[in-house]
Amino acid sequence: MNEMFRDKIDISLTVNGEPVEGRVPAGQHLVDFLRGALGLTGAHASCEHGVCGACTIKVNGEAVRGCLMLAAQADGADIWTVEGLSDQGTIKDLQDAFVARNALQCGFCTPGMLVAIDELLGKEGVPSRAEIREHLSGNYCRCTGYEAIVDAVETVARARAQKGAA
Amino acid sequence: MKASAGGYARASSLRDALEMLAASDGSGRVLAGGQSLIAAMNLRLSAGDFLIDISRVGELAGVSETADSLRIGALTPHAEIGRNPLIRHHATLLSQAVEFIAHAAIRNRGTIGGALAHADPAAEFPACVLALGATLHVEGLNGTRDIRAEDFFQDIFETAIEDGEILTGLSVPKAGADERQVIEEVARRSGDYALAGVCLVKRTGGHRVSLFSVGPKPILAKNAMAALDRGDVEGAVEALKAEIDPPSDTQASAAYRRHLAGVLLRRAAARIEGGNA
Amino acid sequence: MSIQFGNPDRPNSYIGKTVPRPNARRLVQGRGVYVDDIVLPRMAHVVFVRSPFAHAKINRIDAEEAMSVKGVLRVFTGKDIAEVCTPWVAVLAHLKGLKSPPEHAIAVDRACWVGEPVAAVVATSRAAAEDGAALIDVDYEQLDPVADMMSALDPQTPVLHPDMGDNLAFERQHEQGDVEEAFRTAHKVVSARFVTGRHTGVTLEPRSILVDWNPAEEQMTAWHATQAPHMIQTVLAKHLDLPESRVRVICEDVGGSYGIKVHVYPDEVATAAIAKIMKRPMKFIADRLESFSSDIHARDHEIEAKIAVGEDGKILAMDVDDWTAIGAYSVYPRTSAIEGNQVVNLCGGPYDFANYRAKTTVVFQNKTPTCQYRAVGHPIAVAITEGLVDMAAAELGMDPVEIRRRNMFKDDAYPVTSPANMRFEGLSHHASLDKLLELMDYEALRSEQAELRKKGIHRGIGIASFIELTNPSPFMYGIGGARISAQDGCTVRMDPDGSVVALSGVTEQGQGTEAMLSQVVAEGLGVSPARVRIITGDTQVTPYGGGTWASRGAGIGGEAALQAARALRDSILEVAAAMLQADQTKLDIRDGAIVDAASGEARMPLEELGRIVYFRGDTLPKGLPRELVQTRHYITSDYPFAFTNGVQASYLEVDTQTGIVRLLKHWCVEDCGRVINPLLVDEQIRGGIVQGLGGALFEEIHYDADGQLLNGSMADYLVPMAAEMPDMIIGHVETPTQESLLGAKGAGEAGTAGSPAAVMNAINDALRPMGAQVTEMPFTPERILRALGSLKD
Ligand SMILES: Cc1cc2nc3c(=O)[nH]c(=O)nc-3n(C[C@H](O)[C@H](O)[C@H](O)COP(=O)(O)OP(=O)(O)OC[C@H]3O[C@@H](n4cnc5c(N)ncnc54)[C@H](O)[C@@H]3O)c2cc1C
Ligand code: FES
Ligand code: FES
Repeated sequence: MNEMFRDKIDISLTVNGEPVEGRVPAGQHLVDFLRGALGLTGAHASCEHGVCGACTIKVNGEAVRGCLMLAAQADGADIWTVEGLSDQGTIKDLQDAFVARNALQCGFCTPGMLVAIDELLGKEGVPSRAEIREHLSGNYCRCTGYEAIVDAVETVARARAQKGAA
Repeated sequence: MKASAGGYARASSLRDALEMLAASDGSGRVLAGGQSLIAAMNLRLSAGDFLIDISRVGELAGVSETADSLRIGALTPHAEIGRNPLIRHHATLLSQAVEFIAHAAIRNRGTIGGALAHADPAAEFPACVLALGATLHVEGLNGTRDIRAEDFFQDIFETAIEDGEILTGLSVPKAGADERQVIEEVARRSGDYALAGVCLVKRTGGHRVSLFSVGPKPILAKNAMAALDRGDVEGAVEALKAEIDPPSDTQASAAYRRHLAGVLLRRAAARIEGGNA
Repeated sequence: MSIQFGNPDRPNSYIGKTVPRPNARRLVQGRGVYVDDIVLPRMAHVVFVRSPFAHAKINRIDAEEAMSVKGVLRVFTGKDIAEVCTPWVAVLAHLKGLKSPPEHAIAVDRACWVGEPVAAVVATSRAAAEDGAALIDVDYEQLDPVADMMSALDPQTPVLHPDMGDNLAFERQHEQGDVEEAFRTAHKVVSARFVTGRHTGVTLEPRSILVDWNPAEEQMTAWHATQAPHMIQTVLAKHLDLPESRVRVICEDVGGSYGIKVHVYPDEVATAAIAKIMKRPMKFIADRLESFSSDIHARDHEIEAKIAVGEDGKILAMDVDDWTAIGAYSVYPRTSAIEGNQVVNLCGGPYDFANYRAKTTVVFQNKTPTCQYRAVGHPIAVAITEGLVDMAAAELGMDPVEIRRRNMFKDDAYPVTSPANMRFEGLSHHASLDKLLELMDYEALRSEQAELRKKGIHRGIGIASFIELTNPSPFMYGIGGARISAQDGCTVRMDPDGSVVALSGVTEQGQGTEAMLSQVVAEGLGVSPARVRIITGDTQVTPYGGGTWASRGAGIGGEAALQAARALRDSILEVAAAMLQADQTKLDIRDGAIVDAASGEARMPLEELGRIVYFRGDTLPKGLPRELVQTRHYITSDYPFAFTNGVQASYLEVDTQTGIVRLLKHWCVEDCGRVINPLLVDEQIRGGIVQGLGGALFEEIHYDADGQLLNGSMADYLVPMAAEMPDMIIGHVETPTQESLLGAKGAGEAGTAGSPAAVMNAINDALRPMGAQVTEMPFTPERILRALGSLKD
């Protein structure tokens, strides 16, 4: 068309605390870039139309749909995926609660769930079960029936509140 | 599926974006939060567009106030609309609406301007701005235009924005001291687009009722408004049912949508009367 | 020597305890390995061009433009694939009369449903392959579709497969007793028409396969998201003309299956064929849109049914006329007649009555093929049975609990044979119902309901008893000629340091197979579960087995593991006895050490035994057997199936103005025999319940009258999400099967079997005072308002 528009875009960003550079096709969504170019296969692509939440990752501190953001838009962004959050240890209590409560079966939804929950737990106060369910209303899990996930979140929220109070 | 885009360019200012739009010969497409556009691209409902990424144009984001109105930038994300104190105070209809829109992660990126420009007939914000009597601001290389919400929404996914123009924001009148605003909707699951929805604003000048998901665009139910002004809720429900021509699809029939609109108006009116708004 | 399961203080008591899943920690860190995570050198991607029409002749396929896309390597048509891959016919000899035409991996000259593959495009990236696929020009000639089920056999309806003669795929009628007479003389007869929605599984991980063909070794390796790796090995070998030993199927993490991933899919076989032709690794990951039109569908049934009862509430007879349409082909190799067949087998299941007639009519249509999906046929049969029982109770003015108590098989009546000719070894309907009522505090709930009713709040309580078929023997598939293994095997090996590796033919789909196996092996052998490493999902290393389906993992795979572990224990003790110069029968293995059985006194760590056997075998008596590895295979033989039972209850509120149903709470008491890991079983049941709730309230695939698919995305096929789902209370009664040492039956499908009926009965309980009733799933708000008469047009 003209030189304003590029079909391959150079980006440089931070992923899980490490600087990363890439040259991405204009239409490529962020999850495909993370999974394909960076080998970060923790976030999953499932519906690619924004409904299931399997692709949820953290961009500039907020949970976003990795399939509804272009890799090209991530230039300069600070991105965290489940791999980085695990290494960093910030969600270890949540991960432990998931394992203890068996809040995952096939595990395909889990990385997206964890990122979505991380955002909820970052807010003030202990969310009610209804609030937890509402917050996770955009994260599909076919295996668990959700209750174990709600239980795990509730346990961690309470534990963190107690620790904060102590 | 994998999206196919013709090209991508990031605008650093509104001017920059407008120039890109002009240079794209009609195949340019503004990319804001991407929560509708990228989904459509991934579904290959839209392919080959030249994307003009405005998401970092700072001048288009944020909320400010004048004596009698709020000015909301097009790029203000849904989540911000939900928590912004000015909006919560002066245009609570919008903050209430946010709770019905999609899910947390989508609300983090989706923008009010994108929702208005996208003009999905089932979306909440278009009906809200109609009920609030807001004014939408668009800008092109030739200057700016102010468009009344009544004139902005034209058909399914069609607005008064012309080629080469970008929606920069909207102005919403501040609610009067005794003004009441409520939104009611029915969706199958939390965050789904509504099967039908109603916005009701009661202000000194009279009632304003708008509906969404009951036709090709949000509508202002003038006869229902008049009936409410007379204090006749049942009359308003009957008038409303006659004023809409809802579609039938796999989620709901026209008859069911029409019925719901009536139920929701009754509930909204009850909430307003009960001081529950 | 048997295990004293009743004694919680027994040594090595791991069975029956909640132990963590060994693979969970990996998955929460995003370290799972699903097929799409695997990348091989020279790997290419395949995308399928799919028919946009329900029925069309393929005149010509023009690939020229597609080939010009950068990255596109090659385009295949049905004819190209047919040269290396033979078609299949999905019939089973024991399902008499079942017919289906040969099906090709890619349609050759005719497409028979929206979504059938008609060409394949191979490219260096998925995106390029999609660009290419969009440019393939297919010249279709539309043919008359068969879309409607109930008119499929009418003479004026076109015949979908002319070679088959008509559109009837299968038909079966079963009759027991004198049904006509029972209905003629009954005190009351209640009849209803039930409809179950067309569903699909929506596994979060889409169907996925990556196939590598190494021509130098003549070896095919398929990384496949499947429930049945050995079955896939057999199928690929057979249709691509390879020896089974040259086909290796590897199944690492699988992102949900529920029956969806136990079938042979044309596009997956085509991917293997293409890998073989192109001699390079080929990946196919279904995207969400193609999942809706190409994953199997299920449960599209319409049923007329009636029940006859006496004044005392005794069931005198049931008569069921079930219709289902299975799409254009019976699905390979399990066939698509099983769901209808199950309806015949399972209706009336919990009840002791004499006169039963059921018929299923299975027809072809131009839609996506249907096949076995979690709880095959159960949700349908339970809805029919429990719906009728509730309606009869209402007609008699009897409490729904009372009518069930009067009719359920007594807990001491077993073994018995049901009117459908199913043999039950031991069930616990009464004990389960009692426990359920206690858990839910039935009486209190009933008074709450009555109180709220006075305030115009309409709540309902629904109960559904059910039976569930688990642990199938070869009577399910094998006797009909399918190469589907009902037996399963396990190899248990002790390594030099005393740690243990167990290789099993059953697979992990997230249900906790590996945790279950580690507990069983740990207890059978006498080591802690943490010392047991479980390997599943690799046909090259695990014993041959059936994999995961029909709730068989614990009952069959678990028993094989237990027997193999016990055998290894014997081998170890034989060596230990020689080393310690002790009497083998007086030794035991506890917590990884040889001990004196009577006193528990430690005699030798397993590590020491391993050191001697593996490195200083010269010090052991010559001729002493020293295999620290044992394999056992297990198959059920006394009963064709191990039936389980359970009962569920739903409590909900109906908004009679909008028709919206709000689920308040759900209960399930289940008897799956021996519970190996309570937490895993409970979560299987919860997940299953929610899957059933989805079918009851939300999920439905829509087609128009021309067979066009109307809702093929996750935005309009509504799966259950967290906000609408209730908390669920789970309880257990344990009636172990006597057939195995372990005594486990299956638990994976019980939740799904009973929850739709419980919800239906609860909605109808709420609506009954208003004279309304719903029997067509999903119970959408609109259907509820129509039942209430609130909508005029
Ligand atoms: C799963 C899911 C559920 C959802 N549920 C709801 C819901 O219940 N209710 C609801 O209202 N929405 C819903 N949405 C849509 C969401 O609110 C979107 O964020 C919104 O519709 C679009 O905003 P955006 O900023 O993301 O716009 P984009 O996707 O970037 O753009 C949308 C369209 O508007 C145009 N556009 C955007 N900004 C401008 C501008 N400033 N000037 C001119 N044109 C512009 C674009 O060119 C494009 O055509 C849902 C989305 C998803 C994925
Ligand atoms: S893959 Fe992004 S929401 Fe489903
Ligand atoms: S654990 Fe399988 S989808 Fe959530």
